[in-house]
Amino acid sequence: MNTSRWFRWVWPAVPIAGALVVTSLLLFLFGAAPFEAFQAMYQGAFGDQSKTLSVLAFWVPLLLSSTGLLITFKAGLWNIGIEGQIVMGAVAASWVALNLEAPSAVLIPIEIVAAMLGGALWAALSAVLKTRGNIHEIFSGLALNSIAIILTNYLISGPWQPPEGGTFRGTAPFQPSALLPLFANSRFSPLSLILAVIAFILVVIALRGTFWGLKLKAIGVNLRSAFLLGVSSEREMILAMMFCGALAGLGGAVRTLSWFDSLRQSISGGIGFMALMVVMLANYRMFLVPPIALFFSAVLSGSITLQLRTQLHSSLGGILTELMVLFVLLFGDWAKLGIFRKKDDDG
Amino acid sequence: MRIELRDIRKYFGPVKANDGINLVLEGGRIYGLLGENGAGKSTLMKILSGYQPPDTGEILFDDQIQHFSSPADALGKGIGMLYQDPLDVPAFSVNDNYLLGRDQRIVLDYKNASHELQEMTARFGFELDLQSRIENLSLGERQQLELARLLVGGAQVLILDEPTTGISAEQKEVLFGSMRKLAREEGKTLILVSHKLDEVQELCDEALVLQRGKLVGQTDIPCPNEKLVKMMFGQVPERSARPDFDLGEVVLELIDLRVPTYRLTIKDINLTIRQGEIFGFAGLEGSGQRLVLQACAGLLQPDHGKILLDGQDVSSWPYHRMQNAGVGYVADGRLEEGLVAGLTIEEHVELAKPKHSFFINRKVLFAITETKIEQFQIVGRPDSTADELSGGNQQRLLFALLRDNQKSILLENPTRGLDVRSSNWIWDQLNHRREGGTAILFMSSDLDEIFERSDRIAVFSGGNMSRVLETVNTSVEEIGHLIGGQA
Repeated sequence: MNTSRWFRWVWPAVPIAGALVVTSLLLFLFGAAPFEAFQAMYQGAFGDQSKTLSVLAFWVPLLLSSTGLLITFKAGLWNIGIEGQIVMGAVAASWVALNLEAPSAVLIPIEIVAAMLGGALWAALSAVLKTRGNIHEIFSGLALNSIAIILTNYLISGPWQPPEGGTFRGTAPFQPSALLPLFANSRFSPLSLILAVIAFILVVIALRGTFWGLKLKAIGVNLRSAFLLGVSSEREMILAMMFCGALAGLGGAVRTLSWFDSLRQSISGGIGFMALMVVMLANYRMFLVPPIALFFSAVLSGSITLQLRTQLHSSLGGILTELMVLFVLLFGDWAKLGIFRKKDDDG
Repeated sequence: MRIELRDIRKYFGPVKANDGINLVLEGGRIYGLLGENGAGKSTLMKILSGYQPPDTGEILFDDQIQHFSSPADALGKGIGMLYQDPLDVPAFSVNDNYLLGRDQRIVLDYKNASHELQEMTARFGFELDLQSRIENLSLGERQQLELARLLVGGAQVLILDEPTTGISAEQKEVLFGSMRKLAREEGKTLILVSHKLDEVQELCDEALVLQRGKLVGQTDIPCPNEKLVKMMFGQVPERSARPDFDLGEVVLELIDLRVPTYRLTIKDINLTIRQGEIFGFAGLEGSGQRLVLQACAGLLQPDHGKILLDGQDVSSWPYHRMQNAGVGYVADGRLEEGLVAGLTIEEHVELAKPKHSFFINRKVLFAITETKIEQFQIVGRPDSTADELSGGNQQRLLFALLRDNQKSILLENPTRGLDVRSSNWIWDQLNHRREGGTAILFMSSDLDEIFERSDRIAVFSGGNMSRVLETVNTSVEEIGHLIGGQA
């Protein structure tokens, strides 16, 4: 039993190692030295203070989104639409930043609330389509992702285009009081990290100790039984989606108000999909989510340096992380492999 | 073929499912395998049919030691098992299903298959339409198909696990007729796993009784029922008597009720049920009795007629509103509709409470759960998950989750798959509830249960409800006719 518990915790390292091996093979094929490449990636992520801060700045919205997904995964929902929820959070925050004028202390809270509302309502659409329209959240989520991106493109090339003319790149920079206070000369906002940590703690408490968390768990395993036991599955599903959407929207606000300074075409940059991978890799162990999200951020930041130093394309970082998820899906739950099944039965 | 089991042992953790079983089965005989829930019957039969290997012990056919790698391997060697739920593919036709299990070639030989099947069905008097699809067949017909498949596959030994649950009386006669034929004329060995003593008495030559993983009794049939019960339970359990009871006010009233569903529409249902009344719905599975229960629970919406609860029209109330109004519902599939696999007893208790606080108070919950476990005699700990419990304990947990002071409780097959002791316990609970004025509606595929427990009975056949019968003024024959659709 002890062996298997130890094994359960170490298991997530197996797909990481597998992905590293396959990536190394790929590097060999392209005639590069794997060790040097990984070293370049590490240097790119943690080589100096500004690089580390950049990793942190990327980490915060990813952590927020992953934290939100913990809720929807618990309820058995595949919130693929999280990417769109991030975008809509960014759009809502941008609307506030472009249309209201106030000192930071007033403006930033309004932006944050608007972003959370934007994400939550976008998620609620997906949820209601599921409970009332019988449309699986994966399909509505994909559709709503596209719509959110199209809407952004329309806004930055139309109503919100910069005075010098639309370029499809983004809006003009927001007023300084609308932007999150940044640490030193970086894109990292300590305030956003504080919010993300609070969100993570709240979610852990909600899932571990509240009646709501228990209801989500029941719904996630067996909707019919949960309903017969008295759980209003429709309400809880919509709430779970909205909770996740709110955190994703907050992530979108962090992107637009600290990573950038304006609403951009690819405001999310695939953070939502990456968050799905983080949570799948963590495989229901909540406390693994922050470190895995940090690792993903580091790999992504590192691969930019990799390209500069070795002329290898930076998408290598993406290949590495996606291979990991593939390996996780391949090996899945370690228990299914049956390695320690016998011992488990006895214990 | 002569089969010998030598010192079969199979342990699941601390549970000794089979604890050194020695047994000799001769050809041409029908054996009845009896035992309480959890006595080890299923485990033993799964071992014999190649579904799982024993931890230790040997299986010998005519003094040759056998090892099975899979049920298919066991069938190849002559052992076939008919499961409670036939292993077929619903969307396939009868012919396709038959071929799926047999034909290894690329081009299927339909002609030959039809021929084989027809021959088989004629020999045993099965009534199978070879062109129809499995999903349109009754359980009994699917059973006949499965039986034919096993026989053509070369089964010399047939194991039948509770084969009469959910099939019609005629189908049961056909099944028993074919079992006799197989044993007497073809010298095959048959093993009937059953809870029903009457069936064992009617059909078998010899009864084998398991208790806690050991073979505790072996006797020729016929023998007195009391002897069998004594071997199964160690002592004869008192059949809990149905106490006489004065009925109170009208609780539930159904007026001209019509409930349409995709498969079946029930209509013109008129019923009046009083406080403390126990009302039984008889009929074959899928004849409409479940739809009435679900309509009363608020799970199905009637499109015509009324449901009155204490005189109030509740026809359009959804399930949760009915639940809060005092109507409890216990569905058939325990782990599908009622309990959540992976959730603990404690978590179930918390979910089913009528009132909740935002945070879960683990200490209080633990105490409440422990009380419930004791009160409802559940074998498990507060942190045992629902899927770890045995069927009987799952049913006890479902009862523990029912709220107090219910106006009405609706039950589907409340004692399906439970042994006599657990069944009696369940009915003691229900009788206790009726004394508090709860009206109890239940459906059951077990006619004995309907007769023994109900004050009044209604029989369903093809979506139609019969006239209401007083249990004291009716007979099994009358009900049998009504089940078959004869008024």
